[in-house]
Amino acid sequence: MITKPVGVVCRKTLVNRVTRLWLWLWLQLQLQLRALIRFEMIQFVLLISRQGKVRLTKWYSPYSQKERSKVIRELSGMILSRAPKQCNFVEWRGYKVVYKRYASLFFCMCIDQDDNELEVLEIIHHFVEILDRYFGSVCELDLIFNFHKAYYILDEILIAGELQESSKKTVARLIAAQDSLVETAKEEASSLSTIIAQATK
Amino acid sequence: MEQLKTIGRELAMGSQGGFGQSKEFLELVKSIGESRSKAEEDRIVVREIETLKRRIVEPEIPKRKMKEYIIRLLYVEMLGHDASFGHIHAVKMTHDDNLLSKRTGYLAVTLFLNDHHDLIILIVNTIQKDLKSDNYLVVCAALNAVCRLINDETIPAVLPSVVDLLSHPRDAVRKKAVMALHHFHLKSPSSVSHLTSSFRKKLSDNDPGVMGASLCPLFDLVALDPNSYKDLVVSFVSILKQVAEHRLPKTYDYHHIPAPFIQIKLLKILALLGSGDKQASEHMYTVIGEIVRKGDSSSNIGNAILYECICCIASIYPNAKLLEAAADVNAKFLKSDSHNLKYMGIDALGRLIKISPHVAEQHQLAVIDCLEDPDDTLKRKTFELLYKMTKSSNVEVIVDRMIDYMISISDDHYKTYIASRCVELAEQFAPSNHWFIQTMNKVFEHAGDLVNIKVAHNLMRLIGEGFGEDAATADSQLRSSAVESYLRIIGEPKLPSAFLQVICWVLGEYGTADGKYSASYITGKLCDIAEAYSNDETVKAYAISALTKVYAFEIAAGRKVDMLSECQSFVEELLASSSTDLQQRAYELQALIGLDAQAVETIIPQDASCEDIEVDKNLSFLNGYVQQSLERGAQPYVPEDERDGMVNVSNFRSQDQHESAHGLRFEAYEVPKPPMPSKVVPVSLSSSTDLVPVPEALYSRETHQVSSVGASETAGSSELRLKLDGVQKKWGRPTYSSPGSSSSNSSSQNPANGVTQMDVATVVNSKSRDSYDTRKQRIEISPEKQKLAASLFGGSTKTEKRSSTSNKIPKSSVSAADRTQESKAAVVPSEVSREKTNRQTPPPPELLDLGEPSDTVAPPTLDPFKQLEGLLDPNISTSINHSGAAVTNTPDIMSFYAETPASRESGSGGYNIPVSGDNVNLLSELSNAAARGTTEETTMTSLPQSVKGPNVKDALQKDAKVRQMGVTPSGQNPNLFSDLLG
Repeated sequence: MITKPVGVVCRKTLVNRVTRLWLWLWLQLQLQLRALIRFEMIQFVLLISRQGKVRLTKWYSPYSQKERSKVIRELSGMILSRAPKQCNFVEWRGYKVVYKRYASLFFCMCIDQDDNELEVLEIIHHFVEILDRYFGSVCELDLIFNFHKAYYILDEILIAGELQESSKKTVARLIAAQDSLVETAKEEASSLSTIIAQATK
Repeated sequence: MEQLKTIGRELAMGSQGGFGQSKEFLELVKSIGESRSKAEEDRIVVREIETLKRRIVEPEIPKRKMKEYIIRLLYVEMLGHDASFGHIHAVKMTHDDNLLSKRTGYLAVTLFLNDHHDLIILIVNTIQKDLKSDNYLVVCAALNAVCRLINDETIPAVLPSVVDLLSHPRDAVRKKAVMALHHFHLKSPSSVSHLTSSFRKKLSDNDPGVMGASLCPLFDLVALDPNSYKDLVVSFVSILKQVAEHRLPKTYDYHHIPAPFIQIKLLKILALLGSGDKQASEHMYTVIGEIVRKGDSSSNIGNAILYECICCIASIYPNAKLLEAAADVNAKFLKSDSHNLKYMGIDALGRLIKISPHVAEQHQLAVIDCLEDPDDTLKRKTFELLYKMTKSSNVEVIVDRMIDYMISISDDHYKTYIASRCVELAEQFAPSNHWFIQTMNKVFEHAGDLVNIKVAHNLMRLIGEGFGEDAATADSQLRSSAVESYLRIIGEPKLPSAFLQVICWVLGEYGTADGKYSASYITGKLCDIAEAYSNDETVKAYAISALTKVYAFEIAAGRKVDMLSECQSFVEELLASSSTDLQQRAYELQALIGLDAQAVETIIPQDASCEDIEVDKNLSFLNGYVQQSLERGAQPYVPEDERDGMVNVSNFRSQDQHESAHGLRFEAYEVPKPPMPSKVVPVSLSSSTDLVPVPEALYSRETHQVSSVGASETAGSSELRLKLDGVQKKWGRPTYSSPGSSSSNSSSQNPANGVTQMDVATVVNSKSRDSYDTRKQRIEISPEKQKLAASLFGGSTKTEKRSSTSNKIPKSSVSAADRTQESKAAVVPSEVSREKTNRQTPPPPELLDLGEPSDTVAPPTLDPFKQLEGLLDPNISTSINHSGAAVTNTPDIMSFYAETPASRESGSGGYNIPVSGDNVNLLSELSNAAARGTTEETTMTSLPQSVKGPNVKDALQKDAKVRQMGVTPSGQNPNLFSDLLG
């Protein structure tokens, strides 16, 4: 008998070895598949206020509700604590999160490891400019009370995690077309002014 | 005043045309905005959910009201609460004919559901209908939903309509249809594989938006298979040229740069197409050069394009001029004050140094600056760069830096990552063994619980094996320095378990080896460890094993052993331990101490940790006894599971039956055999060589069978097959031939083998003389070969180590070609290792007085590469293995090994691959753990970062931080009113 360090040779049963081999093969296959299938460029979009409150979330990759809250918690902790002069990128779980602060609002987008961060930074800016044009000097309150509109606008800019339209004019035209529809529909429905009257009573 | 302003805003918003939110909703939003803590917010939301649950099921809700409920649900879900009860209502709303409701419904479902939700099936029909609608806004809304909700199962349902929409008159619809197809491609590439021509057509669409959108699917297609799209290079280049020359409508300008997003996408595609293709790259040089020259480095978007240019230049076939331009741009990035640009510069530098390593030199200072920057992101990126730059000349500095940083951070996720990087670099480039051990010590000390346990095993092995160098003194120096450093470190509190295991093992093996420290000192230390970490059973197991070894060495050296009292109490504690493993170790120690020096030395020889244990599973040492019994007329043993199948076989043939029960042999031995087992010796001597044809036939059949099984599988299984070949080469032949050599020298015979040989002897006529001679020659060569193989093995493990670690598997983008190469390489060491096993196998005692030159150590004369080739070539390798087995005199083991897989193979077709593959594993594990460890480790290291989430502690910390943030009320927050762009 000759001694050996306990761990170097695992004296396991044959069956165990076989399962381990298969597991390893399976893993290799998964890795290969992972390399083949490219996921969406933008994984998700987050708008967080300086206090860490969520203003808008859009998920392009599947995340469960539980994961979503966890991601938001993690990222807000990470991003809000960063100094203004530091770079606008954070590495997170193998992804990169690009964020930019506008007034008290942080716009974050999570992207793949080999995407162009500066480009994403400009996509964020593109989005904000369109919001600005739509709401007319947009502020956080606009987004709080009209978050669904922000969603509609975002849907015209990004689709399936990719930039869909880089012309501001085209986006504005589409949104306007949809809104005109809303206006006509609204008139059919009960007038809005009565509601406002109620609200301000 | 603030209050007034708020009301004013609300009024303004109302008139601006929200969806007519009611007072309730406005108040909900307001109260949440004003909540002072997360708990308060949660309370409000929970109350809201209760209200909605009640209201939403009321009969006959007006549409407008329903819409509002849905939007309130959206809000609730956005805040992280579960609103699944309302999902079905959102789905219902998509059925509505009113476009307004429909749109809200679609928005809600895209936000609520993911593409594998059960409710999707209810929406598909609506989507199908809406895709055919006359109103293009309806179609757009449906396409938005398609891009989010359609999964690979439902693609066929909507695919035809989406394809039709590619020629829709509205550009918005065409664009979305292209993106929808892009989404389908991501979900299931095969579903749209017939549509690649329409993507190409869309590239020349009149609308730039559609053209831009078509770049997305094309990018993915090109990434999968660049070669089939080489013809598009010219078109891409001309589009890029036109874009860069402001040919697109002004609306696509962004900050005075013409369609930058389209430019970036095009550059990305060109980078893929031009990679390693000189001809394609030559088309691109001019346009890229032009873009770089005109590049606007003052704006962010301009820099984004420049960065993409650098990436492209680094990826395509290198061009000196462009590289120079890229280096200049990169210098600007690195010299910039902006952290963002520095970050991009570091990243780009990492790409450029792959092609022209000298680029980094002029930026040394900038890199050092980034390394010392307080910004973690920048720092990590710089480490990434350093990792790529590491050479054996600079490894010490870089790894030291990494370790310092590793110590300073608390993020476990990244700590694990950087620790594995350190280990990888140290293994790859270590300038000296001493340094390596010191480095590993540091890594273990600070991140021991995070690194893979394999790393610890590698370290032990490294110390145990020495470094394959000739100078034994160097090894022993290394060991004593390791012992010393560990004795120093032991005193420190809270060492990680993996590190303690290493310490215990090294102290046990080498603590007393150089005579500097007394046994009692070492054992005292070991007991201290066990006591200090008394709740870690693995450490305790290592400690008691180490104690055993130290005592064994003492006894073997003839010194008297007196156990320290603390050791005694430790052992006694373990004797009563609830863990059987610990108990056994303790009992073994106790038993060992009672033995005499010679016995102990055989049980635990000094410095033999790296020798391999040959486990004689088949109890071949009992063969003599079995034979004797058989001669005295005892019944041969028949395994239990085979007893039923031979009812009507005559008593005498039962031996053959026993043999043929292994399915594969059954057919080969059908010819009648004379029943004369006692005459075995002379016949088998001559026959053994003549056996060749039979196993050969068997062998080829086996391979054939295996390959037919594996053919349908993927690259993974082809790897398996490779290994399997190794097994057969190795195990197939000696089964039949090796007994010959042993039988010629010893009278003790394995009855089963004896029969086999004899059978075949009658089948094949013996013209054995000459072939026996050739075989004899081989036997004479074999020790040299084996010696060579062993030395090669040392070398090959090293090279293997290198190649496997430097492959950077963590990138997870290893191509299939790479993998097969790797697997090929993996076969070699396992083969070689098996040779080693053979060599090290101690011959059974009764055979020690052979005339065979089994122990002669002749100087290696053969070309090592030939040897390797031989290992890979079935024809030659069989002969090598064959002779190898003969020399080591362990034929029985071999034969039984060969039988096991064979019999199983016959049992079930699906099972045979793992079994025989496993044999390779088993052996390579025995003697090649180091090499295997590294390959496995590389795959393992990639695992944690992708799989492992942040741990609980981390999450809690962050949670606390968020709560802190949430405490400040935002109601009177002036920030809410400041313009985002202001």
